[in-house]
Amino acid sequence: MTSILFFEQLLNGIQFGTMLFLMSAGLTLIFGVMGLINLAHGSFYMIGAFSAALIASLTGSYWLALLASLSGAAIAGVLIEIIIIRRLYRRDHLDQVLATFALILLLSEGVRWCFGAFPLYLDIPENLNGTLPILDDIIYSKYRLFIIFMGLLIAAGLYILITKTRLGVRIRAGQNDRQMISALGIDISKLYTIVFALGASLAGLAGAMIGAIQSVEVGMGEPILILAFVVIVIGGIGSIKGALFGSILVGVTDTIGRIFLPEFLKVFMEPASATSVGSSIGSMLIYILMALILIIKPSGLFGKT
Amino acid sequence: MKKFTTTLATLMILGSSTLFADGHKVKVGMITTLSGGGSGLGIDVRDGFMLAVKGNKNISVITKDDQRKPDIAVQLADKMIQSDKVDVLTGIIWSNLAMAVVPATVNQGKFYLSPNAGPSKLAGKGCHKNYFNVAWQNDNLHEAAGGYANSAGFKNSFILAPNYPAGKDALTGYKRYFKGSLAGEIYTKLGQKDYAAEIAQIRASGADSVFFFLPGGMGIGFMKQFSQSGIKIPVVGPAFSFDQGILKAVGDAALGVKNTSQWSKDIDNNANKKFVKDFQSEYGRLPSLYASQGYDTGKLLISAMSKAKVKDKDKFRDALRKADFSSTRGKFSFDKNHHPIQNIYVREVIKEGKILTNKIVSVGLKDHSNAYVSECKM
Repeated sequence: MTSILFFEQLLNGIQFGTMLFLMSAGLTLIFGVMGLINLAHGSFYMIGAFSAALIASLTGSYWLALLASLSGAAIAGVLIEIIIIRRLYRRDHLDQVLATFALILLLSEGVRWCFGAFPLYLDIPENLNGTLPILDDIIYSKYRLFIIFMGLLIAAGLYILITKTRLGVRIRAGQNDRQMISALGIDISKLYTIVFALGASLAGLAGAMIGAIQSVEVGMGEPILILAFVVIVIGGIGSIKGALFGSILVGVTDTIGRIFLPEFLKVFMEPASATSVGSSIGSMLIYILMALILIIKPSGLFGKT
Repeated sequence: MKKFTTTLATLMILGSSTLFADGHKVKVGMITTLSGGGSGLGIDVRDGFMLAVKGNKNISVITKDDQRKPDIAVQLADKMIQSDKVDVLTGIIWSNLAMAVVPATVNQGKFYLSPNAGPSKLAGKGCHKNYFNVAWQNDNLHEAAGGYANSAGFKNSFILAPNYPAGKDALTGYKRYFKGSLAGEIYTKLGQKDYAAEIAQIRASGADSVFFFLPGGMGIGFMKQFSQSGIKIPVVGPAFSFDQGILKAVGDAALGVKNTSQWSKDIDNNANKKFVKDFQSEYGRLPSLYASQGYDTGKLLISAMSKAKVKDKDKFRDALRKADFSSTRGKFSFDKNHHPIQNIYVREVIKEGKILTNKIVSVGLKDHSNAYVSECKM
């Protein structure tokens, strides 16, 4: 347990966090602006990954595949918003949960019809393969650095979008007072479609970037979705800033806890039981974190009270 | 007169249906994973089984999806036993689901033929006369991997597996045969896809080899990330991370990796040749070891049906125990605790043209049984 290992694990945690941010940013935006609980957000993650795998197998280009993931998920987002989601804004949250849960089943089954039940192949580009020496002894995967970089880039982009552009003003206004903004003559349904598609495309991008180092398969989005919900609850529902801090917090806690808790327990337990107890507690750690934060700040770190 | 003919007709129909229900028919309930993560495994088992029983008019199969959730599997089993009145249950892939379903099923007098999961509890103290495992006891393939690690000269292994019954059996199995020391031992979360943290630990541990058991999609992520990490030590694992269904998704990262399996498509016997050929022409893809297990389960059932009626439980059980069918694995028999005695092979991932597949390198363990036979009081 050296400082090098600790630093590497810290980077792993941050990388995991930035990926969670891509998911939770869209989720929190959609909830903040439209008041919609979207359980089907994980399906856009899957759609992004499958679009990328399809384009990568046709063209062989990873960068085209990334583009395809963004646009594929955005197109799916627009269609689903117009056909289904639009009808849900005025309903209560239980109806939204039921309808978007049904969407998960429909989209998963649909993707299985098109691509089959077996995982698809999607690889990272050749020039991001391998490792990069960062400091003297620390070597780290180039591709994971790329994920961190992309995550931070998108966080900066979202910040500019929300604070500096006209669309951002509308989004913020929508978060504050939905009736007022439509009374001011802004086409609210178009705004909603744009926000929904933006959230979907971020999830799709995350799916493609992660699919390249994990696996592209049906149902890949749901485990991430649960974590994304934990993130937005910790960060404060509706807050992009909260999503960013919440993601990094959850990513780092999960990674560090999972690895160092068993090591820590070995100090006063047998190695075998320390391993199994440590990994069990390690996987609970982020939920314990969530409970603690909610006790201290019931509306999350950056939530409106 | 008209009334008379209808009555007669009804009687004839009744008569003929009792004529058919003469006990030669068997109703099979298949509970397996057909949706979500890991559905490739269930689909292969189902397809293999259906291929084996294809055209057999005495077998009817009800297939249901357990979604890899123990509670759903239990509900399905209850329904199949109580309202569908099945005689035989089969299909479960995951050991945690098997632990939830199998004991109750066999205690209600139904037969359970496991095409995959073989948790140690059901092989030892929890063994049952109505439970047969046609695949392997969970430890088996990992024991062979441990044996292979010795012969390859590994001295210091880093081992990891998911935190669930089969994961614990896996590491136990490897350690039972591996003579070297352990550089580290980790249990990961079931369903985990990202192994950056674990790979960093492997790098820091100074291990000379890695043994891992991460079935389905979990293994795809691990192999890809491991090969990108630039760590150059050899990897060994059971066939579950190198089966035909997922090799395509792992890609060249798997090339040359040694893995252990009780089945391979190049085992040289007529039953296996026929199975590989029929499977390809029926489904248009190469079979995996899961498909071979489903197929052997179907063939075992047919062999028992030709000897005894399923309602005559004792005779049917004896017929199953004889395992009088030509297995795709060649020599196959049941030990006293109804788990297989069979060869476990060491395979290597190779490329045939553009398709990644496996070829046998050596026999890892010959006529191998399991460590729990003596614990089973049957």
